[in-house]
Amino acid sequence: MSLAQFSKTAIRNLFHKPVTEKYPFVPKEYGERTRGHIENDISKCVLCGLCMMRCPSHAITVNKAAYTWQINPFSCVQCNYCVEGCPKKSLTMKNTYTKPDTQKTSVVLKYSAERIAGEEARRKAMIEKAMAAKKAAEAKKAAAAQEAAPAGTGKAEVQ
Amino acid sequence: MRHAIDPGPMAVEDITPDVLLDKVTNLKYKEWRLMQICATKVGEDRYEVLYTFGHGYKMFSYRLTISDEDKINSITSIYDIAYLYENEMHDMFGIQVEMINIDFKGHLFRMGRETPFK
Amino acid sequence: MSKISVVPFGPQHPVLPEPIHLDLVIQDEKVLSAIPSIGFVHRGLESLVDKRDFKEMVLVAERICGICSFGHGMGYCEAVEKIMNITVPDRARFLRTMFQEMSRLHSHTMWLGLAADAFGYESLFMECWRIREKILDMLEMATGGRVIFSICDVGGLRKDVPDEMLAEFDRRFAALKSDYDHVTEIFLNDDAVKSRLCGVGVMTIQQANDLGCCGPFLRASGVRRDARMTNYEAYGELDFEPVTANEGDSYARCKVRIGEIYQSIDLIRQCIAKMPAGEVQAPVKGLPDGEYMMRIEQPRGEALYYVKANGTKNLTRFRVRTPTFANIPGLMEIMKGTEVADVATLILTIDPCISCTER
Repeated sequence: MSLAQFSKTAIRNLFHKPVTEKYPFVPKEYGERTRGHIENDISKCVLCGLCMMRCPSHAITVNKAAYTWQINPFSCVQCNYCVEGCPKKSLTMKNTYTKPDTQKTSVVLKYSAERIAGEEARRKAMIEKAMAAKKAAEAKKAAAAQEAAPAGTGKAEVQ
Repeated sequence: MRHAIDPGPMAVEDITPDVLLDKVTNLKYKEWRLMQICATKVGEDRYEVLYTFGHGYKMFSYRLTISDEDKINSITSIYDIAYLYENEMHDMFGIQVEMINIDFKGHLFRMGRETPFK
Repeated sequence: MSKISVVPFGPQHPVLPEPIHLDLVIQDEKVLSAIPSIGFVHRGLESLVDKRDFKEMVLVAERICGICSFGHGMGYCEAVEKIMNITVPDRARFLRTMFQEMSRLHSHTMWLGLAADAFGYESLFMECWRIREKILDMLEMATGGRVIFSICDVGGLRKDVPDEMLAEFDRRFAALKSDYDHVTEIFLNDDAVKSRLCGVGVMTIQQANDLGCCGPFLRASGVRRDARMTNYEAYGELDFEPVTANEGDSYARCKVRIGEIYQSIDLIRQCIAKMPAGEVQAPVKGLPDGEYMMRIEQPRGEALYYVKANGTKNLTRFRVRTPTFANIPGLMEIMKGTEVADVATLILTIDPCISCTER
């Protein structure tokens, strides 16, 4: 009887326990490999900006001047490409999905106050060193020019 | 192992626009089918148009190189299904195709800006 | 005879999964002809080649479509590998074949559900999608994504799948067969289904050839052509024959897809049984220079990937000819002479994927 083909399934479904889960009450179990969302361990991050360059959807913004690393989780496509390219392994792919929200918020991570102070000091030292090197180079150049000048004029006189 | 059909390297023949219809008609009589038509921008004001045909598992392409002002003949009089590809090419690259059987006149794709791939 | 009128169909319609617009020329209840109109979801992904390097384009290519996602990534990678003369390791070839067949399996199961929904069989729709969920769970276990796997890469795969997981899959697929038996029996024998599918939208073998159709749509008309026979990836080492039917109507298309479901399960189990050990990623050196046209068999039919590179990290052109694009002229042909009520079912029988079509 081809009309009642489905009745077997229908009757079985009546006495069967539902295949769906009561989601908010029963937490969802994620697989080990699930690509859920990106997390950054800012203490390891050096703000190199490779993740920003690699991101296909421009979800990551790195601001070196302000010491911030920013991700827009609602633009992220979970491709794992930034994690693969991270030189300091500070990015990780977590297996829980992005939390839903009522608006497109972004996550901003900033260096700690001590680290910023350290970075500032390092930067200042580097600038000073560069300035000193520049000055030294300029002095050397001036000296070289002074030395070269009489030789040049001498040549002109010969001509 | 079992099916010894190897597609091999890509088979392309460069032709000029004036012999296009003859060559395509020839293929039609040999019962080849049209697989696709696509355009490629290869430089300022230079475009390549690739017509790919298939017969069984064989594939073969004709390539035209044209400039912006050139008009090419539609092959819809030979393969009437070509209208989708030719309209697509016109919408994306602004290549002028003459005598299409169903001409959408730039309205096949609904885009914010005209000829985005040009 | 009443007068001829034009009725717009779509882009918003309860039965359509994605937006396509048709102008139906009708007389009484008969459709005389139809004119397609697409372009509602065009995103211009092909033009991203200017901004993304060739390795990053794999991720863009995968996101052309949600259902044939793996195939798009694989077709692109194959074309680039052909240009760069990279030999993909054996294990990666077999794993890619396995993932491609799993995509086909979940795509066809999804189609069965959508078709059931289109002819008003809600409970059958849910049964089909329940089975599909089991496949998606497996895919998430292996790759980390339910429909977009992001596992394919130029030169192989991004990560390996452990052997224990493959053994587990083998067990699950063996069990899945009985689930499918249950559902497919209804599709093939139920009167309610047959009355909506048999003899509707007949396409002859000559028309199918002339209109350049592909995939199950073509094979349902009796043409024995399947791009998997061209031996890409590991298909040359697996044992299979294209599934065909001769009637050319909607029922035949349904029958071909059901045949392919069993074929896919068989191919996946063959892959797992023959899975070689070893690396999954070959080293990629240098930049691509040249062009190649790759052809693979997607769940919906033959897809072409044209890649043209000029020796820089950005490609000159990446073009995808998707199966639905080739099937639209065929769809317009089978509409002629059918009832208006059958139009929705007919559109579904070609398994349209509009976001693929418009890229």
